[in-house]
Amino acid sequence: MKIGVVTFPGTLDDRDAARAVRHAGGQAISLWHDDADLKGVDAVILPGGFSYGDYLRCGAISRFSPVMEPLIAAAKGGMPLLGICNGFQVLAEAHLIPGALTRNQHLHFLCTDQKIRIENNNTAWTSSFSKDQEIVIPLKNGEGSYQCDDETLKMLEGEGRIVARYIGENPNGSRNLIAGISNERGNIVGLMPHPEHAIDSLTGPGEDGLGFFTSVLQSMISGGAK
Amino acid sequence: MSLDTVAKAQANPDAVQPFAELGLKPDEYASIKEILGRRPTSSELAMYSVMWSEHCSYKSSKVHLKQFGEKAVKSDALLVGIGENAGVVDVGQGYAVTFKIESHNHPSYIEPYQGAATGVGGIVRDILTMGARPIAIMDPLRFGPADAPDTRRVLPGVISGVGGYGNCLGLPNIGGEVVFDQTYLGNPLVNALCVGVMKHSDIKLAKAAGAGNLVVLYGAKTGGDGIGGVSVLASETFESKGPAKRPAVQVGDPFVEKVLIECSLEIFAEDLVVGIQDLGGAGLSCATSELASGGSGGMKVQLEKVPLRDPSLSPEEILMSESQERMCAIVEPSKIDRFLEICKKWDVTSTVIGEVTDGTKLEITFNGELIVDVPPRTVAHDGPVYNRPLAQPAYIDEVAKEVINPPLPTTASEIKDTILKVAATPNLADKSWVTDQYDRYVQGNTIQSQPDDSGMVRIDEKTHLGVAVATDANANWSYLNPYEGAKLALAEAARNIATAGAKPLAVTNCLNFGSPEDPGVMWQFAETVRGLADGCLEMGLPITGGNVSFYNQTGTVAILPTPVIGVLGVIDDVRTRTPMSFKDAGLELYLLGATDDNMSGSEWAYIHGLRGGIAPIADLAREMRLIDLLVAGNKSELFTAAHDLSQGGLAISLIEMVLRHNVGATISIENPGISLLSETPGRVVVAVKSTKVSELESLATKHSIPLAKLGTTGGVALVINDSVIPLTELSAAHTETFKKLFG
Repeated sequence: MKIGVVTFPGTLDDRDAARAVRHAGGQAISLWHDDADLKGVDAVILPGGFSYGDYLRCGAISRFSPVMEPLIAAAKGGMPLLGICNGFQVLAEAHLIPGALTRNQHLHFLCTDQKIRIENNNTAWTSSFSKDQEIVIPLKNGEGSYQCDDETLKMLEGEGRIVARYIGENPNGSRNLIAGISNERGNIVGLMPHPEHAIDSLTGPGEDGLGFFTSVLQSMISGGAK
Repeated sequence: MSLDTVAKAQANPDAVQPFAELGLKPDEYASIKEILGRRPTSSELAMYSVMWSEHCSYKSSKVHLKQFGEKAVKSDALLVGIGENAGVVDVGQGYAVTFKIESHNHPSYIEPYQGAATGVGGIVRDILTMGARPIAIMDPLRFGPADAPDTRRVLPGVISGVGGYGNCLGLPNIGGEVVFDQTYLGNPLVNALCVGVMKHSDIKLAKAAGAGNLVVLYGAKTGGDGIGGVSVLASETFESKGPAKRPAVQVGDPFVEKVLIECSLEIFAEDLVVGIQDLGGAGLSCATSELASGGSGGMKVQLEKVPLRDPSLSPEEILMSESQERMCAIVEPSKIDRFLEICKKWDVTSTVIGEVTDGTKLEITFNGELIVDVPPRTVAHDGPVYNRPLAQPAYIDEVAKEVINPPLPTTASEIKDTILKVAATPNLADKSWVTDQYDRYVQGNTIQSQPDDSGMVRIDEKTHLGVAVATDANANWSYLNPYEGAKLALAEAARNIATAGAKPLAVTNCLNFGSPEDPGVMWQFAETVRGLADGCLEMGLPITGGNVSFYNQTGTVAILPTPVIGVLGVIDDVRTRTPMSFKDAGLELYLLGATDDNMSGSEWAYIHGLRGGIAPIADLAREMRLIDLLVAGNKSELFTAAHDLSQGGLAISLIEMVLRHNVGATISIENPGISLLSETPGRVVVAVKSTKVSELESLATKHSIPLAKLGTTGGVALVINDSVIPLTELSAAHTETFKKLFG
């Protein structure tokens, strides 16, 4: 199973995401933002970082990179796509998922071991978790406050598209404690905290993040996104 | 004002030049004239003024710093020593590690965010310049009193500057210090350390060899920011019609630097450069003169080719600009196409601005007119050297007479109050408010970070090889006795490496002092250098480089002498490191090292407004035995946890250990006041399983280190004799200080 990891100028967690894919048993393939070529991968991760220095708005410039054209087409066709942190911001800018990520309510960058609840385990990226499983993975961002209008929020809640929710004190002011959401089909997931930094207790708060990567490998074996 | 050329300087030898405004002394100006055999052009004057500044030339410190070479231990580990952009150490398995600290104190007071941000950017480029991939940063910081209004301006700006730049570069921040003292109120210290890793064969040096090779400037375009940041610049002495006075503080763009790092590493991987230098303090003046004098000496540069952000810049300003995120490379003509191609891939501006010649002069032209014609060594290395007067300041003998007897707790309630006070005092309180603004996870190799004794990163995922770094300074002790203070800071940093089981390997430093023109400050500096050189010699640790920051004072009041010592260690297998705390109940807690009743320079004395007495005398032989014990105990998997004792003594070490995983401890000690609050150096708390006590006893005996039982782990409180402090209450005291102070 080949999972592509996109590098934009300013991407930081690309090597971490590739390592997580390998830990889960997959093959990580580097994708360069300037090549409109998915190299035959089965799924794609948009990793964290500060692509294009967060200029204009986070993800606003990356969204127009050449690689995004075939990627958007493939994701609309059902290919699993995970956007982590800056990748989540790119997904929102590309309108693959609704809403926007704004400056943390307290205006500071925050790096912390965050407890979250997996509320939807029917996506391509969360099927290895049990429903409502509580896990701890790092959260680290300056603009992670998820915002959308009331109607969208109602839709996301009604359709069970809140993939993960923060537990405890709201770390950044996200509406309804939203840590991650999916598209309608469940193949595209945007997630603010970083599962790729929690695949080994030696270098992270634990191994809870590995499930996102094993999920996608499993879902591809069993025939695409549910 | 028209272009001042070499021809004009010869034709018009007596023109009045603003050397004093540029920070040059009359005799320094005279020696420039002697070197050149004529008056300098205004461009040459600009170059000499920045390169002969204290910051670049080390003119006041050089005569003392040479001890680091003279007293140096012969070390096989040292691959590149003092003099290059950063020292390089062999850590085994074909890996080399480079690390260095630099100060960015003055800019950070003027503009906290940009000052701190560009401090990080500058040290990262130094490490990159050696051919290494930067892998971690640390930031030792010092501020005025925590509750002072100006600290509320400076501290949050500095923290977001360090975070804003480092986070965007994708470098984990693995530790540092935050210390408060009145003397830093008008002059905070912002030091930044970077660690980088490479293979031995990839080491790069700053030299421009091979006539015909090309000089390439790449990275950001040159602007008017930071002009004369290293010297004392009055910019109106230049072109009056140009842009108005600009701030001397540079403005950083971490995104450009991140791209520059990746672009440079790709260039290095294909072996496309002969020599390389980053543009930091003194900008192009520094890069061209250092590269040329590192090679055969000859270089021609066409200054009008430098890409500009601001087209109105004069040649003098282009030479002095400290615009960030720029590098200068020497490239063979056959490799230039590939070099430029990689730059294009990363959207990095790159321009050939000149070439290496077989001459001996650095010749710079501007639109065909010769404006600089100098022997590059005279700019880069042959600056003035001062043997400044020094004298032991009067306070030294006065404070030594003071008897330091702060009130000590004896009853259960006094012990509880003391513990809560120590937990909450700003110098010892939990620093998560600061470190949570830094990314510690990026790159996926961070094994330890704040609040551990040292930062530790893995450098090989297959073999598990890792390095640990700690920085320490104890300005209270350095104030009482700068010679011992330097040795004690060295010992503490080395101990902080060893508690995790890593073996100390090399030393770097950032020496922060007041004005060198004050004989008392110069004495503090000389004693510090002597202490550090003697200490490193005795401990067998090479000094790989360092940085001196003078003129840290407000009016006539200097900061406390603050030598920040960084020690790098190596650990063969990061998986086996000894953690700083325990997760289980029923472990035995022991203290390694003896405790005496000297409270001089302690945090408890500082809390009571006492700054006097006699600093401890460093016993480095004992420190080395303790380090050997810690490394041996780690190898035999003896320790469940080990934590250093330093500022705040046993009290804060116990607080940090029980709060780390919320597992309490029951401690039984005689003379609780001294036991908890004394800061006698050379002590470590260890936790071992009860089955391993006899092994610990024999190891302590073997290394002649005193061993004393403290108690056992477990419960939901820290219990000291008959005083019970619930962890919830302790945690609140420890963690609320910074939130209350800084929101």
